Amino acid sequence: MTYSPHTTADRAAMLAAIGVASVDDLFDDIPQAVRAAEWVVPPPLTEQAVRTELSRLASRNRIPEVSFLGAGVYRHLVPAVVGEVIGRPEFATAYTPYQPEVSQGTLQSIYEFQSLICELTGMEVASASHYDGATATAEAALMACRLTRRTRVAVSAGVNPDYRRVLETYCSGPGVEVVTVPVDLADGGSGTTLPSTASGAVDDSVACLIAAQPSFYGQLEPMRELADVAHAAGALFVAVVEPTSLALLTAPGDDGADIVTAEGQPLGIPASFGGPYVGLMAARMSSVRQMPGRLVGATRDARGRKGYVLTLQAREQHIRREKAASNICTNQALMALAATAYLTAVGPEGLREVAELSTIQARHVASALEDAGLGERRFSGPYFAEVAVSVPDAARRHAALAERGVVAGHLLERDEPALRDTLLLAATELTTDDDIARLVQALGETM
Amino acid sequence: MSVAEAPRSDASGRGAAFSGAEGGEQLTIVEPLIFDASRPERRAVRFPEASDAARTAASGQPELPASVRRDRAPRLPEVSELDLLRHFNRLAHLNHAIDLGFYPLGSCTMKYNPKVNEWAARLPALADSHPLDPEALSQGSLELMWLLAELLKEISGFPAVSLQPAAGAHGELTGMLMTRAYHRDRGEGEQRTKVLVPDSAHGTNPATATMVGYEAVTIRSNPRGGIDLEALRGALGPDVAALMITNPSTLGIFEDQIDQVLAAVHEAGAIAYMDGANLNAILGRFRPGAAGFDVMHFNLHKTFSTPHGGGGPGAGPVGVSERLEPYLPRPMVVLADGDPDAVRRNAWVGRSTPEARFALDDDRSKSIGKVRSCYGNFGMFVRAYTYIRSNGGDGLRTISDDAVLAANYLRVRLADAYDLPYDRVCKHEVVFSGKRQKREHGISTLDMAKAILDHGIHPPTIYFPLIVEEALMIEPTETESLETLDRFVDVMHGIAETAATDPEAIRRAPVTTPVGRLDEAAAARRPDLRHAFPADPGDAPGAPTAAPTPEAPTA
Repeated sequence: MTYSPHTTADRAAMLAAIGVASVDDLFDDIPQAVRAAEWVVPPPLTEQAVRTELSRLASRNRIPEVSFLGAGVYRHLVPAVVGEVIGRPEFATAYTPYQPEVSQGTLQSIYEFQSLICELTGMEVASASHYDGATATAEAALMACRLTRRTRVAVSAGVNPDYRRVLETYCSGPGVEVVTVPVDLADGGSGTTLPSTASGAVDDSVACLIAAQPSFYGQLEPMRELADVAHAAGALFVAVVEPTSLALLTAPGDDGADIVTAEGQPLGIPASFGGPYVGLMAARMSSVRQMPGRLVGATRDARGRKGYVLTLQAREQHIRREKAASNICTNQALMALAATAYLTAVGPEGLREVAELSTIQARHVASALEDAGLGERRFSGPYFAEVAVSVPDAARRHAALAERGVVAGHLLERDEPALRDTLLLAATELTTDDDIARLVQALGETM
Repeated sequence: MSVAEAPRSDASGRGAAFSGAEGGEQLTIVEPLIFDASRPERRAVRFPEASDAARTAASGQPELPASVRRDRAPRLPEVSELDLLRHFNRLAHLNHAIDLGFYPLGSCTMKYNPKVNEWAARLPALADSHPLDPEALSQGSLELMWLLAELLKEISGFPAVSLQPAAGAHGELTGMLMTRAYHRDRGEGEQRTKVLVPDSAHGTNPATATMVGYEAVTIRSNPRGGIDLEALRGALGPDVAALMITNPSTLGIFEDQIDQVLAAVHEAGAIAYMDGANLNAILGRFRPGAAGFDVMHFNLHKTFSTPHGGGGPGAGPVGVSERLEPYLPRPMVVLADGDPDAVRRNAWVGRSTPEARFALDDDRSKSIGKVRSCYGNFGMFVRAYTYIRSNGGDGLRTISDDAVLAANYLRVRLADAYDLPYDRVCKHEVVFSGKRQKREHGISTLDMAKAILDHGIHPPTIYFPLIVEEALMIEPTETESLETLDRFVDVMHGIAETAATDPEAIRRAPVTTPVGRLDEAAAARRPDLRHAFPADPGDAPGAPTAAPTPEAPTA
């Protein structure tokens, strides 16, 4: 199967126009010594055969019947209309809107996306998207370094460990040192970043303090106090948030955040084994010129018609080259459109329902496990929609349950050795009472 | 926006796409913002209520304290599902796209995106697969990633591939971080501080070098459009970490001294990085890894036809030579049990290998770490794998043959009307200069690009590469028919003629698009980057009910 439209006659006509005998002549400029030898790429498949092959691979996956797995990626309802919108070929098969006159659909939808993200986060400017929450957070740290002219960043250990790994990698580039602020992991402790601990780590060499709300462990962090700690040292405060939680939780902009980042996956994007997702970033207008990523702004044409363009491009690599704020070019525009359609579909009431149901069901899970004597909450204090539960012999049970189609959350010892025998259980609006009963029963049977 | 310019959308279709285009009113809006259609109580989706049992169970747990609760709901739009759909469908009508017409945007490989790839990416067992599910539940996803990496290795000639980077520039970052790790391991990390970049390079190359703490040094091109070998040799030395080179170059020219370039780079102890943005030109003809490059990123959204999505997502896997392999990002997908030959043989005929077990290998002590959460843009892997399997080896070769054929056809057909600064066989794209039109008729390349829009064709990339004055960079791709190419030739000839006979008509262009040329300078001078909600009555007393005037920054 190829998608070439050319007939034998077409090819002959083009070769004749060019004045060469064969297409091979067009590759004469490749030095003999480095021309490709034979390769072993399998033969073409018909659509029928390729469907069979992809169905074979899909059938090798097992989607669990019941899952409490989150840990940064959440299974939410993706309204059918969201798939309809991003499936429109006018959005899907366009590229970066460099010619605004024929890209108003993409540009306006990005402007709406930026507006929605500002409204959710309480910030003044949002970028058009980043690869994911982790890279957005890493870019925010580098942005803070540029803004403060400092070369160290402090990150709470309550930030998703994957984000911290990516942060380390990005910071290793320009030689920025990453300091980790421990969280209170004591049994029955708060599971949060203590302002007193943070204050010991943040001094006048630190560009920013990064903390997550809710934390990776689901716990609610004292964001305002942490922002104060950062600001007292002249550092910026970077808040990593979970977007559906913002229906209920204080907008980070009101908590003193200078930069907000998030993984936008919960907003209408399937888990898809890790991507594509969308990184969100929002900031203050005063720092916009150090912000990485594309921005869309409103303007007018000569006849006064309102329209949208890519703007403030003097920050970007195609203009500034080695002096650019970032090397980012291709972003996650179609996923930003999914988030825009999702937030429009659910509206303020729908997002509140998602957040409330998620937090109620997370409590329901914790309560059901405690009542059945199967586990105890690892931390004290409030949590949002994910809860750490101590369960004896957790790794063995987790594996045993998976065989029965129940994924009992995330094994925290994979990321934090101090949290042995601890499951991180997530709930969303898709979590039913039956799912919880099934978890309790299955876990009970492994006791 | 002020009340005067904001016609209320009533979702009936008024204010729809294009309706404002010919109205001639002073202030018109092509499609209102979704916020303008918002009415309290309207909604598109409802969610279930928590059961009494759930509420009771939850009540024993800590409540969300008032201190963390937000005091006002975010002002998201409140619209019906039909309002929503019409809004986005009307916005869609304002876009040009591959599925609507020719899109010869140079350097972007805007080829047809086959629909079976979309079907595959939406298979529920792939789309709903959670990245942290136990490996035993994700064998299909892992096998697909392993097979795709195997195919990319074969296509590129590199012995190892990581799929993790999310885009081309992200692949560059990954490659440069590996380069630095390699030099550090050899005790040369401190001394090698420079990265050489030809003057024709994509802006991402020097920007990437900076992100990794390197100094980008520009190498000039020779009069034939290739890298200047003498300039390269002069710049190479014990302080150079790498050469980043795009091949074929952004001029669409294959580096015909590439063997000498590679030898010089390696002799200086530096790493040879290939920007694989233009791989669509050389499938089956040149395998960068086999030729001696140390590292290259692929753009799956270009060569392997995953949709560009209005700017992304893409995917930017990297292939590396043996010496860089230890530094690849972690984790790597590995075949933990089973014979790789058997797995490949079986998969190529659509069979599973029962004893095969795939796993994620995180135990890589020299790895640069993670560059992204999880494992990459998996949905793009599904599409690219489907595409490669559909085309097969022969089809991939045909892709490059036809892409190069089409670009050369345009090269010879348009050479009479436009200056061709590098008049030689090109690869997947050809770069013309509009300097004749500029000098003789005062018509810039930007003017011509706008005139092209009026023919339902997306303009080529303009003003890039920077070394060509008034550049027009045309990449027709292999999926455009001869009729389309001929029509484009006619359009370009017509524009060249009009530039001479009626330049004013070109300066007025475009006239058929939803909006005319937009004032980009004003957009940058007075940034309006988000919707200004009317102030809440409960907010600051006396606050104006309308948003700030355009003269005031919005934030």
